[in-house]
Amino acid sequence: MANAAQLKISAQLADKIRSHGAETYPQECCGALLGRDTDVEDRSLYREIHALHPLINRRDDSPRNRFSVTSQDVLDAEKAATSQGLEVVGWYHSHPDHPAKPSQYDREHAWPWYSYMIVSVANKIPEDMTSWRLTDDRSDFQMEDICLQHAVS
Amino acid sequence: MSVKVIIPTPLRVFAGKQQSTEVTAKTVGDALGQLTTQFGELRKHLFTEEGKLRSFVNVYLNDEDIRYLSKESTPTKDGDTISIVPSIAGGI
Repeated sequence: MANAAQLKISAQLADKIRSHGAETYPQECCGALLGRDTDVEDRSLYREIHALHPLINRRDDSPRNRFSVTSQDVLDAEKAATSQGLEVVGWYHSHPDHPAKPSQYDREHAWPWYSYMIVSVANKIPEDMTSWRLTDDRSDFQMEDICLQHAVS
Repeated sequence: MSVKVIIPTPLRVFAGKQQSTEVTAKTVGDALGQLTTQFGELRKHLFTEEGKLRSFVNVYLNDEDIRYLSKESTPTKDGDTISIVPSIAGGI
C-alpha cells in the first residue's frame, strides 16, 4: 500500500456517526460511507466522505459485540451512492465500551480498499473515532489520518 | 461457456481497475478459478488458505445466490453473469 491514506469528512458527518453509535448503545451501530477518491491512480491521496447510509445491524443474535451488513444491504448502499454520484468507499461501526481499534474479528472479515471507521462509545458517550484500511496481504490494518472539515461561517 | 464475472469495487485495484472480465468456464467454481488465475492477488481475498470461499464473499449466478444452487459446482452457460458481492462484518 502507498503512504498513509487521508480521509476527509465534515465535522457534521463525523457527529452523525457518533450519534448513531450513542443511539444504538450498548449495541454496535453500522453504516456505509459514501464518497469518492481524489485520484484513483495514486492511492496515497485522499478519500472524501460526502454522505452516510446508516444501516441496521443484522447480528440480532449478538449485537453488543458484532455487526453484520448483508449483501443485499451492500447492494442497497451502492444504489444509494450511485444515485448521489458517489461510491461506497467504506463502512463505519461502533465499539461499545471498547477502544476504537480494529479487532482480529474485524481483520478476518475485512475487505481491502474500503475505509473502516470505528467509533468507541463508552456509557453512551462517543469517544475516539479512527479509520483503517486492510493491508493488501490481509495481515494488518493501516490507520488513515482523519481530516475533519469544519463549515466556514 | 463464455461468462462475465463482475468484480466488486474493493477488489478492482487488484484486477487492473476493471469492473468485470470474461472467462471461459463450465461451472461457477471454474470461473472463479479462471478469475484468480488471471488476477492472482484476488485469491487471498476471495478464498481461505484451505481454498474455501470466505464467508463474507457472496457469489451470484445471474440473480441467484449459488448457496441455493449447487454452490461452486453450479453449471454455467454462455452469456451468464457471475457477480461477487461483499457482505460486511466486524466487531469487538
